[in-house]
Amino acid sequence: MLDFPTWKKFWLWGLTFVAVLAAMPSLFAAANVEWPEALPNPQVNLGLDLAGGSHILLEADPAEVAAQRLENMEETVRGEMRRAEPRIRIGDISTSGGALSFMLDTPADIDRARGLLEPVMMGTNLVREWDLTVVDGQRMVLTPTDDGVNQAVTDAMDSATEVVRKRIDGLGTREPTIIRQGDTRIVVQVPGLQDPDQLKELLGKTAKLEFKLVDLNALPTDVQAGIVPPGTQAFPYSDETPQAGQMVAVRRLGGIRGDSLTNAQAGVNPQNNENVVNIQFDQQGASKFCTLSTENVDRPFAIILDEKVISAPNFNEPICGGSAQISGTFTAQSAADLAIALNSGALPVELTVIEERTVSAELGADSIRKGLLAMLIGSIAVVALMIATYGRFGIYATIALVFNVLIILGIMAGLNTTLTLPGIAGFVITVGAAVDANVLINERIREERKRGRRVVAAVENGYKEASRAIYDANITNFIAGVLLFLFGSGPVRGFAVVLVVGLFTSVFTALVLTRMWVAGWLRAKRPNDINV
Amino acid sequence: MKLLKLVPEDTNIKFLRLRVPFFIFSLLLIAASWALVFINGINYGVDFAGGQEVRLTFVEQDQAPVPELREMVGGLGYGTPVVQEFGAPNAVSIRVPLPDGVEDQPGAATAIGNEVIEMIEGEYPQVRRDGNDTVSGKVAGEFRQDAVLALLAAMLAVALYIWVRFEWQFGVGALFALFHDVSVTLGMFALFQLEFSLQIIAAILAIIGYSLNDTIVVYDRIRENLKKYRKMPLPELLDLSVNETLARTVMTSLTLLVALVPLLLIGPASLFGLVAAITAGLFIGTYSSVYLAAPVLIWMGVTSNSFVPQETKEERQEKIARGEA
Repeated sequence: MLDFPTWKKFWLWGLTFVAVLAAMPSLFAAANVEWPEALPNPQVNLGLDLAGGSHILLEADPAEVAAQRLENMEETVRGEMRRAEPRIRIGDISTSGGALSFMLDTPADIDRARGLLEPVMMGTNLVREWDLTVVDGQRMVLTPTDDGVNQAVTDAMDSATEVVRKRIDGLGTREPTIIRQGDTRIVVQVPGLQDPDQLKELLGKTAKLEFKLVDLNALPTDVQAGIVPPGTQAFPYSDETPQAGQMVAVRRLGGIRGDSLTNAQAGVNPQNNENVVNIQFDQQGASKFCTLSTENVDRPFAIILDEKVISAPNFNEPICGGSAQISGTFTAQSAADLAIALNSGALPVELTVIEERTVSAELGADSIRKGLLAMLIGSIAVVALMIATYGRFGIYATIALVFNVLIILGIMAGLNTTLTLPGIAGFVITVGAAVDANVLINERIREERKRGRRVVAAVENGYKEASRAIYDANITNFIAGVLLFLFGSGPVRGFAVVLVVGLFTSVFTALVLTRMWVAGWLRAKRPNDINV
Repeated sequence: MKLLKLVPEDTNIKFLRLRVPFFIFSLLLIAASWALVFINGINYGVDFAGGQEVRLTFVEQDQAPVPELREMVGGLGYGTPVVQEFGAPNAVSIRVPLPDGVEDQPGAATAIGNEVIEMIEGEYPQVRRDGNDTVSGKVAGEFRQDAVLALLAAMLAVALYIWVRFEWQFGVGALFALFHDVSVTLGMFALFQLEFSLQIIAAILAIIGYSLNDTIVVYDRIRENLKKYRKMPLPELLDLSVNETLARTVMTSLTLLVALVPLLLIGPASLFGLVAAITAGLFIGTYSSVYLAAPVLIWMGVTSNSFVPQETKEERQEKIARGEA
């Protein structure tokens, strides 16, 4: 047990040296000293509870994705049937019960219809996304498959994540972390963000912009009651407009969607000083808008954002330049937000904030200061107790403890893990518990001496007999720590990380390093008696 | 240099003489803890109950207007808010529970949270927002489930490990001691109505780890002594083992305590619950290792033969054939 050949010593010191070196950049950062840029710079990340910032968990409703998909399928089916040569006439389209069903006017068209729909029902990944059944020889029913729905949700979440990233970049915040979590969730972490209200506002908007013709044939009283003729939809005015509370009837089809925009910018209309958003259509959108405005001069159209009407102006003249201006009752802030939202594209699905945690930078800094001070005082007390109780062996334990803390930091930096506030508590507990190994060893050496063993044999036996309990205790603690990491969430995981890393390093420093030092001392001095 | 000896040499306290009264006391303690949990209930924080907790500092005031805040936020009609001083006299934490019936609305917690913050900032413009936790009913439900799973899995996994490393009686003893520790900790939270958050789950797992550490040290010594003193009666042997490891038990508890106390007294307010729970657990865990984990072995029928490999019939016959027995 006390035999340390040179190669072994070399290895142990080397290992310690590398780990301590890895801790240096983090210590330099903590002391506000610049770390040379030319050197590798592994850092312990500070959790949001220490650095300050916002953590937001967003969730999408998969049912909404499914509904949206059904609606898109309806448009696709209408288009395919209309474009067929000769045209296939259909009617009685319904999307109730999660499936799309329609009647063929002529049952003989059934094979042609099936042939047209077959490629549509197969997804891009050779996965069948829809099942087709024919009822009574004349009604076709398209039912989404589970694979199809899952694929749609995955796609929607992928593009939603991208949209979220663009929107947060648009705010100009630094180093946001945006991660997909599970099937329907996105985690957003923005360090340094004090006031997440604007961010939440921005992410809460789907930013689905639509231009639709106002249906002038619908009876105004019916529209207010929400009753509209077929092919027409009613939308309420947005709460910010003077017409809030009223409804507008628009034609369901034949409008233009916001996804044909190339650019949006907040601005001010020089004539009336109103805040506006200037938008630029892509080529296809520009020509559609040109046709729409030319055919409907002097008729009103509605600008609809997220199912709310912002305004319903008239086409005064054909607009063919590809650009347009949205005015409503914007503030400078809301116009800027809308521009960011439109530029990032519409969210394919509405996202709801289901968890939010924000800590101010002041509170974070205060936590670090108080936590480190408490840790320093605690460590001094532990060291004093160890040296007073075990003398020279206590000093070895103390040096091991210093290395222990440095190595934990080094490993955490190397693994790029995050230090959180509970993680600081984890450090304190590790400091308090790491010496347990030395206590066990030293108490055992005392016992062995009392039983009359000679110095070397007592030390050797002390390490040997104590190590069994040390390993067992650390392994069980390891099990508890790993389970905490698996089931825990957020900052609590930071606690588990420090505890688990600390278990390995404690065994290394308290059991291996001290043994090397004690062995070196015994070999050099050959004492007849030890004070322990 | 004269070294400190916390436990005098040759200490021989008859811990196990009082094992029956202490065991009954422990059982009563467990029963009382669970009764408290069911009658008083656990004061769940936003992590587990859902809702919103906001921490504010009234920068220009010496004292936070706690009663006014209570009335103001209570007036919103979302139930009684919990308004407490948080770390400093002019800092508060305001907790608004999720009203009944909105557990399934994912956006409800955020909406209520925004309303509370807007109102307070409207009334006190110089207030500084230090932090904000908003948890929807759905996420809170997941946290509850994960917490229960984590605790159960941890207890079973470590008991299983001890069973494998020692004997089944030791596994049962350790599991029982852990059950005691977790129960009493929960009971304390129910009694004092301390806020029960995700951090407390971390604390309980740390307590499990610590208590087990103690149990293992005692068990390891019992195993060693069982092999060494084959004829010693078990209660006496357990007493010997506990006494032999007593110096270590006291010293380790003390080092952990002196490390924790500064954190408890001057550490960040957000860590108080976690550190307080672990500090209490330190005592509970040490007690259970001596008074529950050890005596259980007597009743479970551990003998000095428990660690002697059992001979199979064939081996026995071989021995007889060789004339050794």
